[in-house]
Amino acid sequence: MDWFNNFWSVYSNLVLTLGTNALLALSIYLTLSCGMLAIANAAFMGIGAYASALLTMNYGLPFPLAMAAGMAAPALMAFVIGKPTLRLSGVYLAMATLAFGEVVRIALLNAESITGGALGLNGIPQSTQWWHVALALVLTLALLWRLRRSKVGRAFESIKEDETAAGLMGIDVGAHKMLAFVLGAAIAGLAGTLNAHLTFFIGPSEYGFDRAVDILTMAILGGIGNLTGPVIGAVILTLLPEMLRSFKDFRLVVNGFILVLIVLFLPKGIWDPGHFRQWFGRGGRRA
Amino acid sequence: MSTSLRLASLSRHFGGLQVLQDVNLEIPQSGIFGLIGPNGAGKTTVFNLITGLLPPTSGRIEFNGQNLAGRKPHDITRLGIARTFQNIRIFKDMSLLENVMVGLHAQLKYGSLGLLTSSGLFRSEERRARERARELLSWVKLDNKATAKADNLSYGEQRKLELARALATNPKLLLLDEPVAGMNSSEKDELMIEIRNISERGYTIFMIEHDMRFVMGLCGDIAVLNFGRIIARGSPDTIRNDPQVIEAYLGREDDEVSRDATEDAA
Amino acid sequence: MLEQQLVNALSLGCVYALFALGFTLVFGILGVINLSHGAIFMVGAYAAEQAVARFAFPLWGALLFAFLFCGGVGLVIDFLVLRPLRARNAPHLIPMIATIGVAIILNNGVQGIFGAQNLRFPSGLVSEETLSLGGMSLTALELGIILLSFVLMTVLLLVLKKTQLGRALRAIAESPKAAYLLGINVEGLFYLTSFAAAGLGGVAGVLIGLYSNALFPLMGQPMLHKGIAVIILGGMGDIRGALLGGLFLGFAEVLSVAYIGSSMRDAVAFGLLFLILLVRPKGLFGTLQERKV
Repeated sequence: MDWFNNFWSVYSNLVLTLGTNALLALSIYLTLSCGMLAIANAAFMGIGAYASALLTMNYGLPFPLAMAAGMAAPALMAFVIGKPTLRLSGVYLAMATLAFGEVVRIALLNAESITGGALGLNGIPQSTQWWHVALALVLTLALLWRLRRSKVGRAFESIKEDETAAGLMGIDVGAHKMLAFVLGAAIAGLAGTLNAHLTFFIGPSEYGFDRAVDILTMAILGGIGNLTGPVIGAVILTLLPEMLRSFKDFRLVVNGFILVLIVLFLPKGIWDPGHFRQWFGRGGRRA
Repeated sequence: MSTSLRLASLSRHFGGLQVLQDVNLEIPQSGIFGLIGPNGAGKTTVFNLITGLLPPTSGRIEFNGQNLAGRKPHDITRLGIARTFQNIRIFKDMSLLENVMVGLHAQLKYGSLGLLTSSGLFRSEERRARERARELLSWVKLDNKATAKADNLSYGEQRKLELARALATNPKLLLLDEPVAGMNSSEKDELMIEIRNISERGYTIFMIEHDMRFVMGLCGDIAVLNFGRIIARGSPDTIRNDPQVIEAYLGREDDEVSRDATEDAA
Repeated sequence: MLEQQLVNALSLGCVYALFALGFTLVFGILGVINLSHGAIFMVGAYAAEQAVARFAFPLWGALLFAFLFCGGVGLVIDFLVLRPLRARNAPHLIPMIATIGVAIILNNGVQGIFGAQNLRFPSGLVSEETLSLGGMSLTALELGIILLSFVLMTVLLLVLKKTQLGRALRAIAESPKAAYLLGINVEGLFYLTSFAAAGLGGVAGVLIGLYSNALFPLMGQPMLHKGIAVIILGGMGDIRGALLGGLFLGFAEVLSVAYIGSSMRDAVAFGLLFLILLVRPKGLFGTLQERKV
């Protein structure tokens, strides 16, 4: 047990960050599984982080309630901008969500009286326990797994393949996209809440374009064909900077290379069951 | 025989192009109805208007007394109209079973709560859906490949899958857009029998086709569209002998059509 | 006072337009959103700075060097990353993600080599003289920016409208497959476009580097975001749209800083972008049509 205590005192933050990153990767997986390239999850994470942190810091709200708020606030935001934004598709949706993300970051930066501006919020209570993160991850995985195996999951996949045909199957495409978007926002907000109450300091720069790209990379890296992929992507992208510490600035260069190489050579991500089947010779059957 | 689908003065412009002009059609509640016409006459546009993919410029579309104008496609499907496409639009990465189960979407009666808790209702509905999907696949003789990826099917099999999937939505009216395009003659004969069986199960069928033998063999009632206007309507014999129809096809050098028409008449 | 702002706005707008031009060329002709364009912009500034600081290039030499160097970088990116993706017909959001990776490589690579602190161009590079025109004074730099931008844009427009090359490019923008069947060397023109677009981006980087007198590794990021706003404003893939959109953004930013305050300056671009996407996603001149393969 001594070994474990030592390990934990050094690496607990890393492990918990791994958990929150996995949540973030799953949040974007949800919208990607519906065929939408929405890059606003960093902003939703930020909204959740700030909302919950302000509530615990300024009003002493108990942590569970703060977590709920940290999910509700971004979900509400997603609902509001979803209506006009989700009509767009492809590139335009990506750009719109990117722009929204930047607007949020700039708003956080400028609303100094509430958010502390560029200096951010300091002294957030460190309420996050390991079991919070574990529970959140398990529940999210369970929810998404259930979703995949139901009519909703099938609807998502059909929308991703062919929106028009999906609509003609009686599927309300708009409502499903909104569901994916709002749910993804809530999960990202939860991750933000857990993260904020772990690191006790947050600032607007953490929730900008770079973070959004990181989240997307984790999902794409791991593969979005199933639920394991995003988690694996999160693990790799969280651990990699640790392993590459000695590279200093160049470790981000390695990140960039990884992204390019994955796109070029492993288009379905690392965790692609299809690949595995090919290698083990069962060729393309699906239950 | 009461009408199921009624198109009244239906028109559709595209910029300066008049794709459909003043189309009037009534389709009765049972039987197999055909829409033919030279390429570019506007037939697929009619289907697009009925299923809500395009709005009409003017005119009305009524189905079982309900006005379809302005409704979203998924609402129209839920009212009982299903459709297949000229260029097949199955979900290639999903299995056959999943494809058909997507068609059953609107009929699965569990909500999000049932989904989350894996309630009894969720499980029984999913089981029911699986069984129904297999049944529909057996109607088109594809049940032995139920778990294969749709992408792996041959062209003809993909068309049959699309048919099974459309039937899954429990339609009263089935719109088939060139169901035998690209098939060889034995596949066509097989599909002709299957469509006749489906019609006998009580589904109304409205089909667009170019293959004259197929259309004349299946449809009791045919309308002809040319340059966006209906130029003839009636039984296969009436159509075959209508001078305007012959003119429309001959004028377009559609040799196969006139040849088939005269062969059948002989 | 207002006239002075107009001069600022015009020069800023010209650089935005120049940047957006490269961006929109790649989108219009290669069909790819090149999110490394901002990094290339930054590389241009650094390349010019090095040319001047280490090799005592004159200004025009540094500009030319930046153009060629960045053009080369753009070419390499196209050859190594975009070409293989073209060859396997990847859906167009995939190359976009790859260019994000390229941007990360370039941004952090430059930071690793040069450090994160601000660099400046050596003083005395541009003359300090000002020109007085009816109550406004233009510095030599502003005049240079405006003239150079107009020259480059005019050349580009003339090539596109009046030459065989331009017709070939426009054909590719419509449909690469059809252009290929007409005997146009599509792949070669893709390389040319990547080269020219990156070159223009690099030149824009030098100009902004001179204008703001600050170079830093991440200077391309805000520029990239504004470039996105500009081309969506003007219509993606449309050259006129990039020009007008760039000028418009320049004016909107300068005027909003003058009348609202500088902190919201960056928000202007995004606010506009968001509004446009909601109201008229195709922008001034664009079409929402995905082009035919």
